[in-house]
Amino acid sequence: MPAADKKTMTFNVNKIRADFPILKRRIGGRPLVYLDSAATSQKPKQVIDAIRRYYTEYNANVHRGLHRLSEQATVAFEQSRDKFAQFIGTKTSKEIVFVRNTTEALNLVIFSWGRTNLRAGDHVLLTESEHHSNIVPWQMLSKEKGIKLDYLRIDDDGILNWDSFNELIKEGPKALSLAHVSNALGTINPVKQMAREAHKVGAIVVVDAAQSVPHMPVNVADLECDFMAVSGHKMLAPTGIGVLYGRYDLLDHMEPVMGGGEMIREVHLQDARWNDLPWKFEAGTPNIEGAIGLGVAVDYLSRLGMENVRRHEKDITKYALDQLADVKGLVLYGTRDVEKRGAAISFNLGDIHAHDLATILDTQGIAIRSGHHCAQPLMERLRVPATARASFYIYNTKKEVDILVKALESARKMFKI
Amino acid sequence: MSRYVYKEAILDHYRHPRNYGDLPNANAQAKEENVLCGDVIEMQLRLKGDRVDAVSFRGEGCAISIASASMLTEFAKGKTIPDIKKLGKGEVIGLLGADPGPARIECALLGLEVLKAAIGERRDTKVP
Repeated sequence: MPAADKKTMTFNVNKIRADFPILKRRIGGRPLVYLDSAATSQKPKQVIDAIRRYYTEYNANVHRGLHRLSEQATVAFEQSRDKFAQFIGTKTSKEIVFVRNTTEALNLVIFSWGRTNLRAGDHVLLTESEHHSNIVPWQMLSKEKGIKLDYLRIDDDGILNWDSFNELIKEGPKALSLAHVSNALGTINPVKQMAREAHKVGAIVVVDAAQSVPHMPVNVADLECDFMAVSGHKMLAPTGIGVLYGRYDLLDHMEPVMGGGEMIREVHLQDARWNDLPWKFEAGTPNIEGAIGLGVAVDYLSRLGMENVRRHEKDITKYALDQLADVKGLVLYGTRDVEKRGAAISFNLGDIHAHDLATILDTQGIAIRSGHHCAQPLMERLRVPATARASFYIYNTKKEVDILVKALESARKMFKI
Repeated sequence: MSRYVYKEAILDHYRHPRNYGDLPNANAQAKEENVLCGDVIEMQLRLKGDRVDAVSFRGEGCAISIASASMLTEFAKGKTIPDIKKLGKGEVIGLLGADPGPARIECALLGLEVLKAAIGERRDTKVP
């Protein structure tokens, strides 16, 4: 059997599409072409059904009641933690803290680890292509503590500039915090290589993996990172559930950011003792349906195999880059090398404003993102007010790329470019 | 009203904005930015009594914000200050000939916001 046939057997897009009820929707009489998975992914019926089952069969609070429902809910909730731990290769599930999303995970690291360990004059190393969620909380801590934020430069093709890394690592940063994959440009940063150098100068390494864990095999031990932040909703799970991975010894020495129920072992009038990891960081009733949905999402992706997911996305990204490059007046941002990038493609078409482009594509049933992608410093670096972004996932097809390209051609004609 | 905004008239105003540039002897002006998308519109007015004698604009932005500002400058000429104060979302949609929908209505209303701010910031001295 030819190799190509083998691939289609392990990864059948039509079969995958049948699992996503929303893909049957029509927008203004046309089939929905959903190219905005970097913002949030669609959800398979397996995840939707699991949430419905939780509410119809065993809805209860976790870690509290001694009754049957609570026991079942607690088991499902903690199993999801175990599944996620396995999915990203942590040593123990105690290193998996449930949070709302990547933003909250980063804030937890910054306002717990950062507040305790950083002093005035300490350097923190970021990149100029970071999402606002990996810039603004550091700025807030900087105002409080007087730490200094250094930014790694990126080259015009979106690839990290190593000279600037070699230069700024000499400042002896206490932390290196960066996206594994850029949400705006799709660039995959060489995190492992950077983590090694950063650890040599004693920095901890914080990775925003919102755009990598849903799309490619990621293993925390292999990446050599100390913290990793992930959002569930970008990987088939519901909104409002995310994960902070932290190295056990680091989490163990960190103070909780929120106090309340669940996170304590014992409480007296003047004092309290914290609960064990990871519950020390999970004050209040957690997002139980979200965690259960995330567990099922992990099952779904594991069944597909993350190697296959990555292969499919490389394939469709390469096809899209080639097709888009042929559209007259279209400017692509970021590298063309699919080995060094994920499946989010930023572009502009002539002088059409990205918002106009998004509105025009919407009339064709095509959903893309437009704007600054919560990365204003990067937009300044690229000297554009906004870009249009098409992003792909497991359910997207080359036929959908063709529909996108055709719609761009008609927009080009409409604006006489 | 149609949701489809990119009609010939709008594209024409975008490509060939009317009353674009500086206005000599302007005595009122305003500039606003839509912080969400970075669109900027600036207008200069020459007011005689309570009437708009002339108006010009300048700006950077999407087709909807530029076209609606351009259309508003044509509309405002000769109108009185009370006329302008009465303008709202409905009139702007009427000028555009389409309702851009909730996600884009802010783009369409930026020009009106600037026009209203300008009549509120009337000055008797010459604009530098």
